[in-house]
Amino acid sequence: MRYLPLSNNDRADMLGRVGVDSIDALFADIPANMQIEDLENLPRRKSEMEVERVLSRMASKNVSASSVPFFVGAGAYKHHVPATVDHLIQRSEFLTSYTPYQPEITQGTLQALFEFQTQVANLTGMEVANASMYDGSTGAAEAVLMAHRITKKKKAVLSGGLHPQYREVIEGITHQLPGGSVVSMPADPMGTEDILAQIDDETSCVVVQSPSFYGQLIDLKPIADKAHEHKALLIAVFTEVISLGLVESPGAQGADIVVGEGQSLGNPLTFGGPYVGLFATRQKYVRNMPGRVCGETKDAEGKRGFVLTLSTREQHIRRDKATSNICTNSGLCCLAFSIHMTLLGETGLKKLARINHTNAIKLADMLAGIEGVEVLNDSFFNEFTIRVPANADDVIEALAVNGVLGGLPVSRLEPGKDGVQDLIVVAATEVNTDEDRAAFVSALKEVLA
Amino acid sequence: MSMNTQGRPTSAGEAAATAHKTFTGNKALDMEEPLIFEIGRTDICGVDLDEVEDFQPRLGKHERKSEIGLVGLSEPETMRHYVRLSRNNYAIDAGLYPLGSCTMKHNPRLNEKMARLPGFGDIHPLQPISTTAGAFELIDELARWLMETTGTSAVAMSPKAGAHGEQCGMMAIKKALEARGEPRSIVLVPESAHGTNPATAALLGYKVVAIPAREDGTVDVSAVQEKLDLYKGEVAALMLTNPNTCGLFEPQVVEIAKAIHDAGAYFYCDGANFNAIVGKARPGDLGIDAMHINLHKTFSTPHGGGGPGSGPVVLSDRLAPFAPLPFIRKNGSELEVIETRDQLVEGEDPFGRMTAFHGQMGMFVRALSYMLSHGSDGLKQASEDAVLNANYVRVGLQDLMTLPYGEKPCMHEVLFDDTFLDGTGVTTLDFAKAMIDEGYHPMTMYFPLVVHGAMLIEPTESESRASLDLFVATLRDLVMSAKSGETERFAGAPYHAPRRRLDETSAARKPILKWTPPAPAQVEPLVPAE
Repeated sequence: MRYLPLSNNDRADMLGRVGVDSIDALFADIPANMQIEDLENLPRRKSEMEVERVLSRMASKNVSASSVPFFVGAGAYKHHVPATVDHLIQRSEFLTSYTPYQPEITQGTLQALFEFQTQVANLTGMEVANASMYDGSTGAAEAVLMAHRITKKKKAVLSGGLHPQYREVIEGITHQLPGGSVVSMPADPMGTEDILAQIDDETSCVVVQSPSFYGQLIDLKPIADKAHEHKALLIAVFTEVISLGLVESPGAQGADIVVGEGQSLGNPLTFGGPYVGLFATRQKYVRNMPGRVCGETKDAEGKRGFVLTLSTREQHIRRDKATSNICTNSGLCCLAFSIHMTLLGETGLKKLARINHTNAIKLADMLAGIEGVEVLNDSFFNEFTIRVPANADDVIEALAVNGVLGGLPVSRLEPGKDGVQDLIVVAATEVNTDEDRAAFVSALKEVLA
Repeated sequence: MSMNTQGRPTSAGEAAATAHKTFTGNKALDMEEPLIFEIGRTDICGVDLDEVEDFQPRLGKHERKSEIGLVGLSEPETMRHYVRLSRNNYAIDAGLYPLGSCTMKHNPRLNEKMARLPGFGDIHPLQPISTTAGAFELIDELARWLMETTGTSAVAMSPKAGAHGEQCGMMAIKKALEARGEPRSIVLVPESAHGTNPATAALLGYKVVAIPAREDGTVDVSAVQEKLDLYKGEVAALMLTNPNTCGLFEPQVVEIAKAIHDAGAYFYCDGANFNAIVGKARPGDLGIDAMHINLHKTFSTPHGGGGPGSGPVVLSDRLAPFAPLPFIRKNGSELEVIETRDQLVEGEDPFGRMTAFHGQMGMFVRALSYMLSHGSDGLKQASEDAVLNANYVRVGLQDLMTLPYGEKPCMHEVLFDDTFLDGTGVTTLDFAKAMIDEGYHPMTMYFPLVVHGAMLIEPTESESRASLDLFVATLRDLVMSAKSGETERFAGAPYHAPRRRLDETSAARKPILKWTPPAPAQVEPLVPAE
């Protein structure tokens, strides 16, 4: 077996050194009647070539985003990632290193994390950020738990513009908390809900996504003000981090915790994971923040260096008193994010954001020109919602047959909900060309005809 | 901060006293690298993007008014920055990485290649299901391998990492108890457990009750029974790591499982150490109800400097109905993707959802690539080699270092305590830091908590005999050195790493968690004020 360095001679000699006559002697603590001879239903080893053949065959059954006009977003976005990013994250020293528990020999990972935290804090307009979460949805759930710890209250109010699966993740964990409750607002495609009316003295936090799941930009300031009046926190969520190049930061609008999905920068779609959750907050809440944090310090010679810090919050020290059970972060994905962000810089991120926004405006106007199709949002970034004069699910399937992946029918995530069965969330990014847009419009016309 | 803004050292320090000080602070290949914020510029961009002409935003009143505070680097500068950073990292590709319980085994590059096939890497989680049949086929095939190797009949694939998997398993248990109309309040956790176990139980509102370890480092069924009797009807679950964190297989695991089940509770197994027994025994046969599998440990997906992980949870028949959304339902060879509650049929009662989308697909591809490569025979051989290597290290060191539980075989990792350092003035931490100077990543230290000054060594199956021989010889030399009073080798170590020991105390006391621009230099007035 190509991954195993021991030869049969090695094994025999080593068993001798260990002082046993067979390998089974080392497994003697396993009750004899529980030991198995073989995993009989599984095949034997395969060469590299054979494995490639099996997996390539499976991969070929999927339609990749780059192979068609592609407009699906809703929490994961097709962007162009510079070749430099993937090369750098595949360097052995990054790829095959562990969590930096020994800072003297992991300064590479640690400095990159420190830079990442600075980028995330500045992007979100917050004072501190952690070293990443699993993804945006689990980060959002952790943000709610953090708000509960800070406010000592347990009622979360979730906007109807929040990604439905993010909502389900939050509901799932908070329903299991003793005394936890969640108020989930009805689907809110146009950003017109009255969430202020739901905030009261029992409220621990309000969770609002902007741009919303439906693409609408939301004014967070009044929500933050109302929340603060009731000693509740505003948790601002985003799923498209590139929007922050063009849209006012949540921090500037009064958010207390900002959490979002960072996949758009540096990370491929990969069917939903691994991604990278961005998590930022105010300095005063830092000791209630979940996840790994990297901090600056000095070594014995006075040289600047970096370490994992504030670990007294964490599970390996505090056990059942920890702020969260998180051990793993999304190390390599946050490195990819940070490298892509470094390549873009301030200028590049703003340019990229303008291209995305412009492409979305072009597409929205073209789609709105189709008879019976309505664009619902008056403000948006690179994603918006259209109403079609048909069942949205059928339309998307028919478009796929015509070689266009034209967005997400809201009913896939919100089956049976009123008012969403004819809605499609459409995303446009820098990868879309004039030809892509023309193909979408002509296919949609045909499908609706 | 006494450091200048280029991040260069203010002094070369004693360690370099024998060599002359360099102008740059670099030492040949050992190079200092500033932060991107110290070398980047706001007007430099390493990506060519067209400027939008006649930009007419449709952002309502939400357009950003302030600067973001980012800097950019050109492509060659970016490359150099990160390549230089990378050279300050230890990595399994560069050397033995004996972190016990973390399983730093070889990460095959075939896995990376497979995960990057456009059919896996470039597909969207919410594109029409009809266009991703191969993705669900892969998830289903990996699920089959996980169920076959664990002897279980269900698996929740979506958890993002080990601790997330624990949370998933425990939420399924909580839901199952609620479905029975018997909510319970206590979770039993042995003292030797990973910190994530009590943290997960507490997160879900359970009171954690510790089970003491026996003299020999394992859990006694009578200690479990005692707690079950004491908290009759209140124990929801036992969370047990097996093989445990002392590197030992729990010999009474079957009896423990029976006691737990007889008390109406569930058996959660922490699968962090499953890599020791793949192909040798199946946790499902031993009586577990739920166990997460760290794909990044047992099945070789890379650790990436702290993630991403992936933590599918295998489930017993008793817990299978409560598995979270989404899941795949099989009708013969047809795969049906269940994403929402309206698709459920009789007997399916998911507790909720762990994450958006379908889980860590990129890790699934890598893990399946690894499993297909090994096959049933190779997986078994890998477990045997991992155990053999750990025992080889054990017998190479047991006369000089101290085994807390006597000279008996271990599984995939060997645990030493610090008794052998008594009277030397050298601590476990010092010993670990001296290993760094010898070119090794230290073992896991001070864990598990049940042993004083613990040193947990897991060589994995990826090490050759020659590599182990040198490792053993090095540790023997270090022990002899400590015993003969050469404390300097330890007290100041590491001497040769990119950094000397770092001040973690002040880092935690006054946290600096992001870069801030240095205050502008004070300009002395040319003419002194009167």
